[in-house]
Amino acid sequence: MVPSLARVTTRHQELGDTWTLELEADDPDLLAFKPGQFNMLYAPGVGEAAISVSGDPSDAGRLIHTIRDVGKTSHALASLEPGMTAGVRGPFGTAWPVEAAEGTDVVVVSGGLGLAPLRPAIYHILAHRERYGRVAILAGARGVKGILFPNQLAAWRRHLDLQIEISVDHADTSWRGHVGVVTNLIPSADFDPADTTALVCGPEIMMRFTANALLDSGVAENTIHLSMERHMKCGLGHCGRCQYGPYLICRDGPVMSYDRLSRLLTVKDL
Amino acid sequence: MQQQGLGDIIAAHRFFKDLDPSFPELVSGCAKNVRFGVGDYLFHEGDGAAAFYLIRHGRVSLEIKAPGRQSMQFMTVGEGDIVGISWLVPPYCWSYDAKALELVRAIALDATCLRDKCETDNHLGYELMKRFVPELALRLHCTRLQLLDLYGKPT
Repeated sequence: MVPSLARVTTRHQELGDTWTLELEADDPDLLAFKPGQFNMLYAPGVGEAAISVSGDPSDAGRLIHTIRDVGKTSHALASLEPGMTAGVRGPFGTAWPVEAAEGTDVVVVSGGLGLAPLRPAIYHILAHRERYGRVAILAGARGVKGILFPNQLAAWRRHLDLQIEISVDHADTSWRGHVGVVTNLIPSADFDPADTTALVCGPEIMMRFTANALLDSGVAENTIHLSMERHMKCGLGHCGRCQYGPYLICRDGPVMSYDRLSRLLTVKDL
Repeated sequence: MQQQGLGDIIAAHRFFKDLDPSFPELVSGCAKNVRFGVGDYLFHEGDGAAAFYLIRHGRVSLEIKAPGRQSMQFMTVGEGDIVGISWLVPPYCWSYDAKALELVRAIALDATCLRDKCETDNHLGYELMKRFVPELALRLHCTRLQLLDLYGKPT
């Protein structure tokens, strides 16, 4: 599959090592993504990486990706300046079950950069707020300076029909929010566990323990959805690079329900 | 309007959920209502752990002082949580500061009184341990996760 070209229109620094790129593409297929899906972004001459879409699915004209600069390819992608060009293939993978979640309460739990792949789902839910029950967004971060999209969270906090809680692992005494692991927020979140859809994204250990905390609170395994991450190559389910037990994350994921993952998540080195 | 007794308040607190109905009354003999304004300290590191607190309202920051820098918050707790485990472990001294982030209403349970009751009534003591041990395990588990620095740069 040949990448389409997309031009960077803006580049915004979110955190010390994290940038959001806004891209303009001529290929309409690239823009028709579902919340939770990813694109393969190609930095010319360097390489390709799977990056979740972090923008609003109803915003037809723009493709938005939030990229953490952690390696050669992600560094090249995060360094693309406005006017420069990237290759894009996609969108790929499974989506957050935002339609299946209609009529239920929704609890969104993010850890660190995990808020980026969840943001399209939050946009969708807010755009169709009347279709959902109670909605809680629980965001965890390493520290206050590691909170992704702080202005967006502050804006969402103004929605009276949305519970937003942020917890950082540690903070100095100027921080007035929660301190502790994000799972601590679950017992006091406002949702009916018997009728809740949970969307979880963050480091794998965080997702595992979040799923456990949700199970402890009474949420069913098949209504907890995680976004898995593995190195991907083809994005099409052919090469096997992202194999995870019986699954290929690029094809069967990244969004998968916990009942399919629970046994695999505790297997060492999988 | 009928005023709720301390025993009823204790029985309704999440920490004492499903406690044998006779125990809240017994425990209430060691209890008193307390209130802390914003910025007030429930206790300071190094002080004798003379009580533990059932938080009824408001949030409390647990903090550790470090020389040359601001105190660090390592946990916040709120309604339905407890503050203070050091009262169970000799030499019964607080190992951190606890500060009210909001107006805090709590039940303070006198540690010496409660320890004496637990010594006299081992059934009560065991029931209390069954509540404190999971809390300790949970806090240890959360501390492990914090130490793992999950959100740090992947290596």
